[in-house]
Amino acid sequence: MNPNYLDFEQSIAELEGKIEELQLVGNDNDLNITEEISRLRKKSTRLAEKIYSNLSAWDVVKVARHPQRPYSTDYIQRMFTDWDELHGDRHFGDDHAIVAGVARLSDKPVMVIGEEKGRSVNEKVMRNFGMPKPEGYRKALRLMKMAERFNMPILTLIDTPGAYPGIDSEERGISEAIAQNLAVMSRLRTPIICTVIGEGSSGGALAIGVGDHLNMLQYSTYFVISPEGCANIIWKTVDKAPLAAEAMGVTSTVLEELGIVDETIPEPLGGAHRDIDLMASSLQERLTAQVDEFKRLPIDELLEKRYQRLMSYGNPLARKSPV
Amino acid sequence: MSWLDKIVPSRSGGAKGNSSRVPEGLWKKCVKCGSVLYRPELESNLDVCPKCDHHFRIGARRRLDIFLDEDNREELSTDIVPTDRLNFKDTKKYKDRLSAAQKSTGEKDALVAVKGKLKGQAVVAVAFEFSFHGGSMGYVVGEKFARAAHIALEENIPLVCFTATGGARMQEALISLMQMAKTSAVIERLKQQGTPYISLMTDPVYGGVSASLALLGDINAAEPGARAGFAGPNIIEQTIRQKLPKGFQRSEFLLEHGAIDMIIHRKKMREQVAGLLAKLTYYSAA
Repeated sequence: MNPNYLDFEQSIAELEGKIEELQLVGNDNDLNITEEISRLRKKSTRLAEKIYSNLSAWDVVKVARHPQRPYSTDYIQRMFTDWDELHGDRHFGDDHAIVAGVARLSDKPVMVIGEEKGRSVNEKVMRNFGMPKPEGYRKALRLMKMAERFNMPILTLIDTPGAYPGIDSEERGISEAIAQNLAVMSRLRTPIICTVIGEGSSGGALAIGVGDHLNMLQYSTYFVISPEGCANIIWKTVDKAPLAAEAMGVTSTVLEELGIVDETIPEPLGGAHRDIDLMASSLQERLTAQVDEFKRLPIDELLEKRYQRLMSYGNPLARKSPV
Repeated sequence: MSWLDKIVPSRSGGAKGNSSRVPEGLWKKCVKCGSVLYRPELESNLDVCPKCDHHFRIGARRRLDIFLDEDNREELSTDIVPTDRLNFKDTKKYKDRLSAAQKSTGEKDALVAVKGKLKGQAVVAVAFEFSFHGGSMGYVVGEKFARAAHIALEENIPLVCFTATGGARMQEALISLMQMAKTSAVIERLKQQGTPYISLMTDPVYGGVSASLALLGDINAAEPGARAGFAGPNIIEQTIRQKLPKGFQRSEFLLEHGAIDMIIHRKKMREQVAGLLAKLTYYSAA
């Protein structure tokens, strides 16, 4: 099995393997090989389109957790200029599971807060696999309050397996840190645009997810408890995670219907990791438009809309935000 | 029929059977010290073990009943009922789980909200019903909490909340997660207005409720020995692969680590909260 492809993508992997082989022998200027390659490419695309038009909720979870999936820092590098990372919660430490800083999005200054899982083994350990501790959320809150003082729009990038469930996390008040973010983000007097780029797991995701507009990348997921956790509670085994994923409706399609997610941002065929530059540029384009739109609204109107939206969650008549 | 009369049948008519007619139901063993306790005596002691002071779990209605003054009680938002927006089905349908919980508890969902008085001072008090689906927060709990808080906000009267919950309700998936944001936002409005919100944690308080409304009080307090935390002890043990220290996540631990202001004994609850509220509202009361 090709590890760069997920289990349901193995037929694509086979075709891509053949294409690669042909390319290696293709240096002999044989025209038939070029034709054959282009034929296989088309076939591979059609196959990928077919597979990706019919993903189960569990398949989407796998794409969202793909080891090559772009993380916050990948987007930060590509979408922003003039990036200054800012560190620390001013009380305890600096949590590397959350990266934060000021940068420019299409020239306009913004505050960026992103959860970061880390790519290499060392980096994953350093970033605690993207599981923030209280100091991470407090750093985020400190900087979001700063953004409010300077009228700077806030962009958050959500990608976490959850807030860190450990002794130190509890000792330093992880619940309070999350709760505080939810409360304060509901009233910060500057636009807040949140985007789930990978895995949005529970309170650890929501803690940087309250705002005026919620985007989800097409193959990202957002859940109240991981499908494994849900399966463990109900069926007493993680093997039923696919069923749990289906039951909870963890994809943007379902969450848009529920009036929770405002916008799904399409991904390149086969997922964001197949063309990170393209993904970053289309996300940048949408975020730029959204920042402009929300910056134009009078601030009191923006805040009232944000509040009404929060109050509408779960209401059978819930509506999407205006952009 | 008084408010109290209304609740009595719902308590004794529950799935646990009519305890007054079952002789062994007259006795209850303390889960902490093992003493066999005479139930009427235990009840008159507010369900606190007279031998070891263990605070037994009590239902939402009894909680509010022993907390509020007897007169001027008005139950709020009784019209909100749970719906199954996702058609959630696991080993059972969520709809069936809901009806079973409604039947066994006599409640529509896991939160009871009442406007009443505490030692003469108007308050809005809400309490979680742990025996309804583990006191989990879905749409109804979030919505009822928000509506109760809005009454507190409009009338500028304190909000008091007794939590007892396993966290967010899985079967309502992201709708339940969003109730964390909803309840936190309305609490923030109370704070901005200077209307007191007192959060009283009773065993247990976990997950999404802990990480939202339970820890946002102007005063956060807990009953003795109550367990409260973000992640359950099992999850933490699985993650860090080591045993947790004794007393981890109990209210004494929370006090020690600065998460709560105080521990309040059930028998002192009325007195203590009334005293706090009197001070907090002193300068804003005309």
